[in-house]
Amino acid sequence: MICKKILTYAGYKNIIQLSAYAANVEDIMRIAIPVDEKNIKGNVCVSFGRAPYFMFYDTEKDKSDFINNSAANSQGGAGIKAAQIIVDNNADVLITPRCGDNAAEVLKAAYITIYKTKNNLIEDNLKNFKEEKLSLLTEIHEGFHGHGVK
Amino acid sequence: MKQLLILSGKGGTGKTTVAGAFIKLSNVKAYADCDIDAPNLHLIMEQGSKPENSDYYGLNKAVIDKNKCIKCNLCYENCRFDAINNCDGYEANIYDCEGCGVCEALCPSSAISLVPYKAGDMTLYRGYKVFSTAELKMGSGNSGMLVTEVKKKMRLASDADFSIIDGSPGIGCPVIASISGVSMVLIVAEPSLSGISDMKRIIETAERFNTKIAVCVNKYDTNTENNEKIKKFCKNNNIKFVGEIPFDKKAVEAVNNGLTIVDIDCAAGDAVRKVYKETIKILSN
Amino acid sequence: MKIAVLSGKGGTGKTFISVNLTYVADNSNYIDCDVEEPNGHLYFKPEIVKREKVYAKIPMVDKDRCSGCRRCVEFCKFNALAYIKDNVFVFEDICHSCGGCMLLCPENAITESDKDIGEISEGVFNNSTIYTGILNTGEETGVSIIKKLLNNIGDEHYTFIDCPPGSSCSVMESVKNADYCILVAEPTLFGVHNFNMVYKLVKLFDIPFGAVLNKCLAGENPAEKFCIENNIKILCKIPFENELGKLNSNAEIASQKKEKYLSLFSSLLKTIEEEVKNETAFDFKR
Repeated sequence: MICKKILTYAGYKNIIQLSAYAANVEDIMRIAIPVDEKNIKGNVCVSFGRAPYFMFYDTEKDKSDFINNSAANSQGGAGIKAAQIIVDNNADVLITPRCGDNAAEVLKAAYITIYKTKNNLIEDNLKNFKEEKLSLLTEIHEGFHGHGVK
Repeated sequence: MKQLLILSGKGGTGKTTVAGAFIKLSNVKAYADCDIDAPNLHLIMEQGSKPENSDYYGLNKAVIDKNKCIKCNLCYENCRFDAINNCDGYEANIYDCEGCGVCEALCPSSAISLVPYKAGDMTLYRGYKVFSTAELKMGSGNSGMLVTEVKKKMRLASDADFSIIDGSPGIGCPVIASISGVSMVLIVAEPSLSGISDMKRIIETAERFNTKIAVCVNKYDTNTENNEKIKKFCKNNNIKFVGEIPFDKKAVEAVNNGLTIVDIDCAAGDAVRKVYKETIKILSN
Repeated sequence: MKIAVLSGKGGTGKTFISVNLTYVADNSNYIDCDVEEPNGHLYFKPEIVKREKVYAKIPMVDKDRCSGCRRCVEFCKFNALAYIKDNVFVFEDICHSCGGCMLLCPENAITESDKDIGEISEGVFNNSTIYTGILNTGEETGVSIIKKLLNNIGDEHYTFIDCPPGSSCSVMESVKNADYCILVAEPTLFGVHNFNMVYKLVKLFDIPFGAVLNKCLAGENPAEKFCIENNIKILCKIPFENELGKLNSNAEIASQKKEKYLSLFSSLLKTIEEEVKNETAFDFKR
């Protein structure tokens, strides 16, 4: 994770700043989660590409914001568009129950790590993440190749 | 939910006939007809509940406002799908239009807009079982998305841990969409050279996905030599062969009366029971 | 004179009928538009004289020219492009090859490369030309292959177009420029249900058509009933015969092997000629 963080901030030429970031990496995490409603006490959405909303949680500020997922109504390539949204909103990590291969490719290229949810409660998953109890999402399903997510 | 998908490659081998029998035998709580181009499953499955119909909107399609059109011909020149007719004013052909938006983006007089277009009808039966089906309006592309929507509706059967899907012929878009995420594909082959050629291509398509594959032969006795060829092919390629069903005139009678082949007493019905048993063994492992 | 053979339901006998008509017409063209599962070539075993690959255009982004404006990503209706870490990613399997991104890029940073999606072959059988299109497995749609197959086919000979099953865009593409359509029906409930769909399609395209009832058994024929009720001309009724089934399953051309089928198809061809003369502007003298 430390290496990834330095890469992400490669624009910073100032070495001191870099090491400052590296030291505090555990505290500076922006976590994305696909959710069913705009409420941190709510549920994680079973689909990534067509989730109605995305929640972005800032670990340092302990604050979350929600945005509508404009990819949800896409005819095709929803996973790709959703992944683009996650990238554009500067997430470091995505916690999701599932993810298609095209979306995973986008996230991988942006150095965003994908974790698998443990249950369907947002708060539980955030807690599990902080306690390092979540595992990486290894089963990337074949995308629906432009046809929408199940 | 474990999903069993029934495909064939070639049309007319008996997918729907086998699917109908399997649905009856398994008493499955969720099933779908993903042959949205030519759905037939509803003709042999008795529906206990009222149908819930909904519209399916596919890609938006281009519409040209003739009043704003300045006949610059840019849309015609740049449409990759030959969807612009320019003989009598400019018009977008809804059957050829893929909704790419190039014409809309290029039009200097904003005469073109992309509007929602109904591409199909979805029907859902929600009684003791959930049956999801749809029919694509003719000439529509993008059938894959509709297939995905049809499959999605089966999730409404929250207590179903197993579902059966009747697929479509071919190897293209709707077939690929139907294979995505299923636990097992059962290919219903027929013992003809065309059938064998098509079977090989659908197997090749299915193998791209992480799914179990098995083959059965319908109307096997119409050409026992070709039937043996299929069995040999399966053996040589490590594909499970789950059985053979004889050609049975009574099967046609059953279907014409809106029944499955296990609703009547016939040789095809007896054989499909064995195929079903073998298929479930593989699915459950 | 282009004659399309279609059915709605698969397995009704489109290939069987178009292959045999090609045989009896001789000096004709056969075009296999069922590019997902082409079968006609199995019957003809044509001597191949030409092969041509079919390509789809896929965008390629020149990183040095790309300014990161993301216009291409925002434009793509299919979401086939993504912008990550100063790079535009192209998802080939989603791309519809519309060329929009290339046209709209303000820096002219996008060009196109060819992706192999299938092949067309041209072959010879007796005095007829056999055209076969085949889509690579894993590809979504063969419409561009069908378009290519039907390009530049003249009217001086009979051309029999073997259509894909269903009534989707592939079928429409195969049928749209046909002069006459043969709708093939089988005597089952499924057959009639799907026959209705292609019946609507040919009416929509305003192409004259007639029906061939295949695999006819004794007793009530729901397809015949449908044709009578809707005033559809029945061109021919082909009985279900084990012998015929056997020939077909071995990809043998029935009218080549048996006199009675040669006679049946010669007669069908004559009927079609008459119908075409009456229904179209063609007075086709072979």
